[in-house]
Amino acid sequence: MSVQAPAHVALSARRMFAMVLRHWYLLKSSWPRVFDLMYWPAVQMLMWGFLQIYVAQNSGFFARAAGTFIAAVMLWDILFRGQLGFSISFLEEMYARNMGNLMMSPLRPVEFVAALMIISVIRLSIGMVPVSLLAIWFFGFNLWGLGLALPVFFLNLFLTSWAVAIVVAGLLLRNGLGAESLAWGIMFMVLPLTCVYYPVAVLPDWLQAFAWMLPPTYVFEGMRALIIDRVFRADLMLQSFALNAVLMAAAVAGFLTLLKSARREGTLLQGGD
Amino acid sequence: MLAPSSAEAPVAVERLVKVYKTVTAVDGISFALTPGSCTALLGGNGAGKTTTISTIMGLVEPTSGRVTVLGAAMPRQRHLVLHRMNFESPYVNMPMRLSVRQNLTVFGMLYGCPDVAGRIRALSQQLDLDEFLDRQTGKLSAGQKTRVALAKSLVNEPEILLLDEPTASLDPDTADWVRGRLERYRQERGATVLLASHNMSEVERLCDRVIMLKAGRIEDDDTPARLIDRYGRSNLEEVFLDIARGTGEAREAAQ
Repeated sequence: MSVQAPAHVALSARRMFAMVLRHWYLLKSSWPRVFDLMYWPAVQMLMWGFLQIYVAQNSGFFARAAGTFIAAVMLWDILFRGQLGFSISFLEEMYARNMGNLMMSPLRPVEFVAALMIISVIRLSIGMVPVSLLAIWFFGFNLWGLGLALPVFFLNLFLTSWAVAIVVAGLLLRNGLGAESLAWGIMFMVLPLTCVYYPVAVLPDWLQAFAWMLPPTYVFEGMRALIIDRVFRADLMLQSFALNAVLMAAAVAGFLTLLKSARREGTLLQGGD
Repeated sequence: MLAPSSAEAPVAVERLVKVYKTVTAVDGISFALTPGSCTALLGGNGAGKTTTISTIMGLVEPTSGRVTVLGAAMPRQRHLVLHRMNFESPYVNMPMRLSVRQNLTVFGMLYGCPDVAGRIRALSQQLDLDEFLDRQTGKLSAGQKTRVALAKSLVNEPEILLLDEPTASLDPDTADWVRGRLERYRQERGATVLLASHNMSEVERLCDRVIMLKAGRIEDDDTPARLIDRYGRSNLEEVFLDIARGTGEAREAAQ
């Protein structure tokens, strides 16, 4: 008895598409899920937008820096909801008790991860595109007006969000739904250090060193440089890319280690707490 | 029991040991399945059935020993053969919000079916899915869900089919219907089937070989008829009880 042709071993776009389709069907069948994608980004944007108006009316600096708060909250949402979109889609498989079917199928872990990345972009787009248009209407802030900087910010933030989500997925496979709370709250651990709403210089010196170890810090600094000083800081973006490359490699290695450990401990079929 | 050599067997388990921390779930079992056969893995709760099947599926890594499926070492080479096998278990669900057609489409694509729509049409005819093909899977009755799970397990026309209690919680009529379909599939496709079940009449009807497990070890291995004869019992359930309780008859018969 011999094993079959290696055609089935190669990565398959069709299998990735099947997983994207599975989550598209899920979103299509459930309006509360779609509503949830838009609800919080809209609430956040409105709250920070009004706060920005209030502060700008009472401060000359913030009048010049119009848009930094709204831009910050929207970029933060890309980071947070990128991770959440990935993690929730992964959790949906555990809630549905479908993980055994997937793990037993020819779907490869890398394909699964790639599909979840695509799904997270789709989920974020459903939430963020209407909210970005709402920001233009309410506050005259055009996120799309950031021009070519926007895709660079977007990519860097997504890389970080995916790296974090990949580690969370590994922990969920290894520890079951007992690790679920990480999926919802892990990104808030880095919120103070990534300096979303204030410059890194505000932090104590010793904490700044930690802040600069996080790729999103460079994006938020770059965003403020662009909006306040009208300067695109390519150097910051390159440093962010470099850190993201290291983070992503570490995340993939961590995921594969956790997956191997889950196979050793027999937790792939369980998924409980 | 005459068994094929490991090299020829679609599934070969050699000196498999699986230890979870301090608990030995499987303790050095070996067996090889004959192509086209239907084998039952029987044993009480904790006997090692699920661990053995999970190892064959590549979901669990052996502590020691070797498991090969269609010549591929599991779990390391699982991606060489996963498209040629499938499984069904009432303890694993399909996404409930998706319709039956959507679920079968997704799994058809995952398993590399060249014509997914055509395969769904064929399965729908064979398993009488037509009436609920476009209904949400979660809104089906237990019997209908089992038929859908069976359709998923046959979507890639597997050469190896692993079944974990395929008729658990079904009424006798539906369970009989499922057994009939499984028998037909095996005969038509020549598939090798490994079945874990607590339903002894099901095993007697479907299986040509029974591997009895107890505390992670193989207690006996033979055809249902020979086991019944050797233990001096009238059916497989009594044999099962003898082995599970370790009665004198069981020990003598095993010797």
